[in-house]
Amino acid sequence: MEQFINLEFVLGHMNYWFFVVLMMTGLYVVVARGNFLKKIVGLNLFQAAVFMLYISMGKVAGGTAPIFGDNPDYVYSSPLPHVLILTAIVVGIATTSLGLALIVRINEVYGTIEEDAVLHQDHLIAAEEAGVTPRHIPGEAES
Amino acid sequence: MSDWVHLAIVCVVLVPLFASPLAVIVGYRTFAFAIAWIASGLSLLCALILLMAVKDGTVLSYAMGGWAPPIGIEYRVDAANALVLVIVSAMAFITLPYSRETIRQEIATRHHTLFYACLMLCLTGLLGVTITGDAFNVFVFLEISSLATYVLVSLGAKNDKRALSAAYDYLILGTIGATFFVIGLGMIYQATGTLNMVDLAEKLSGMEENRTVRSAFAFLVIGMGLKVAIYPLHRWLPGAYAFAPSSISAFLAATSTKVAIYVLMRFMFSVYSVKFVFELDLLEYIVMPLAVLGMFVGSAVAVYQANIKRLLAFSSIAQIGYMLLGIGLVSVEGTTATMAHLFNHAVTKGALFLAVGAIIYRIGSPLVRDMEGIGRQMPWTGAAMVIGGLSLIGVPATAGFVSKWQLLFAAFEKGWWPISMLIVASSLIAVIYVWRIVETLYMKPVPAGRDVSEAPLSLLIPTWVLIIATIYFGIDANAILSISEVAARSMLEGGYLGDATIVGEVGR
Repeated sequence: MEQFINLEFVLGHMNYWFFVVLMMTGLYVVVARGNFLKKIVGLNLFQAAVFMLYISMGKVAGGTAPIFGDNPDYVYSSPLPHVLILTAIVVGIATTSLGLALIVRINEVYGTIEEDAVLHQDHLIAAEEAGVTPRHIPGEAES
Repeated sequence: MSDWVHLAIVCVVLVPLFASPLAVIVGYRTFAFAIAWIASGLSLLCALILLMAVKDGTVLSYAMGGWAPPIGIEYRVDAANALVLVIVSAMAFITLPYSRETIRQEIATRHHTLFYACLMLCLTGLLGVTITGDAFNVFVFLEISSLATYVLVSLGAKNDKRALSAAYDYLILGTIGATFFVIGLGMIYQATGTLNMVDLAEKLSGMEENRTVRSAFAFLVIGMGLKVAIYPLHRWLPGAYAFAPSSISAFLAATSTKVAIYVLMRFMFSVYSVKFVFELDLLEYIVMPLAVLGMFVGSAVAVYQANIKRLLAFSSIAQIGYMLLGIGLVSVEGTTATMAHLFNHAVTKGALFLAVGAIIYRIGSPLVRDMEGIGRQMPWTGAAMVIGGLSLIGVPATAGFVSKWQLLFAAFEKGWWPISMLIVASSLIAVIYVWRIVETLYMKPVPAGRDVSEAPLSLLIPTWVLIIATIYFGIDANAILSISEVAARSMLEGGYLGDATIVGEVGR
């Protein structure tokens, strides 16, 4: 009789479950949080999850660092995903620092880093440009 | 000739890459401008050499550093990406002299060299995404161009603080898109163990049923779809285009989404096969409805915009719909229409954003209501707006007509006449917003006290170069259609994956 949940499969792919949970947590934070800084934190979690995906796919059971010696039976992990993800980590750092720099500028100009308050100011300007009196503006309650 | 091709295929990306730090090091904005302009000119020259070499359907392959593909990174050029290379580098070459004038108003003087450096990085990224034959390399170049773009958009903050929140939005959504793309790449790498596009296509051909391969496809399409601004994923686009400096709006509108559409097509048709995409019913049931929806919603929202740059941005979303429709038809005719529209819309929208920038340069406001009667005070700029607008609608003898006609033809060829009706109907909405612009520019009286003269020549010449191109490619329709068809065949019939002429040295 086949088991409903294949325990071996579930446990054998533990790293992938971590990856999925971490990724979804990150994405949720980006979408659900209104604070710009927290959004960047979420984005970082999201990207870190992808790093984990790449690193775990390069792992070979029992393998070590890919440095060749005289041993012909040498088992080593695939270095390529690791190299790829080094690039992605650099990109992630650049994105984070640029995002933080933008937040600093937003704080200087808007005086807040809450999305609702920023949107509120944006909508006020847009309403003024369109020459209409706004009836409902997002973020009104907050500010 | 072959010596030049061998140089051109590398230099097209390397020249702007090296120009970027050089522009910062020299530190004087005039020199920085000269370096950037020369670099983009050289890039354009290289792109044209490549286009000449591949327009008969040959495919060029260059192994970076001599490392033979699939291990090394390969640059692979066929008619499709050569055409996109020409669009991107030509737009940079044309908008640079324009930006030299406009950024005096828009950006603090001490940031000018950095502006040129960022523009060169953005150019490098866009060209690299287009030319490379290595899937991971696409991601790296994509992020180079995106990061530079976020900075460029945020530079509009001196005139309108909303540029900052727009840049931030774009950063968040762009990064999510790029990360989705990387997840997709990771999955196909897991399934095949390779990242070279040609090699991927070969190894994926027997794996259509593999679930990893299928979910990878979903991640790749959604990730790239965010960069394309496919209708429901377009949220970043209006803000980014509307609040960026004028020349950057023109450059981005003409290049960044076009490059993303090219990558989308390349992954759908070359890396994954036409058969795979077709059997998935993705195009028929998801891409086509979204494209049609984008056409209508984009145009309809554009009608109500108070800010003219936002108006043009929403019109871009509608035009992206036409390009996706061409992809959705999965036929050589449809893809030809997409490639032609890619080019024609880049020229048209670039010209329009430049003309709008010239008006803003004089009156200092992007609002439609402030532009009343400006057509009589700035006759050349006004005329440019009208011709560009006609091309957006798709009036005969403009570039927009040629590709829309080809799209209609492709839809009829497939027997999907309701789609053709929808194309015509959405063009009618375009008439409304273009008419709104024309009415404001010419029919309204000039407000008292506004005394503005024609835009300076440095703004008029780039604008009119693009307007003349719009008319030229509208009359000489074959010029662009023939090269688009070669490109479409290379995409759909596997020319890209076939034998390539190897340029440069391979052998390590």
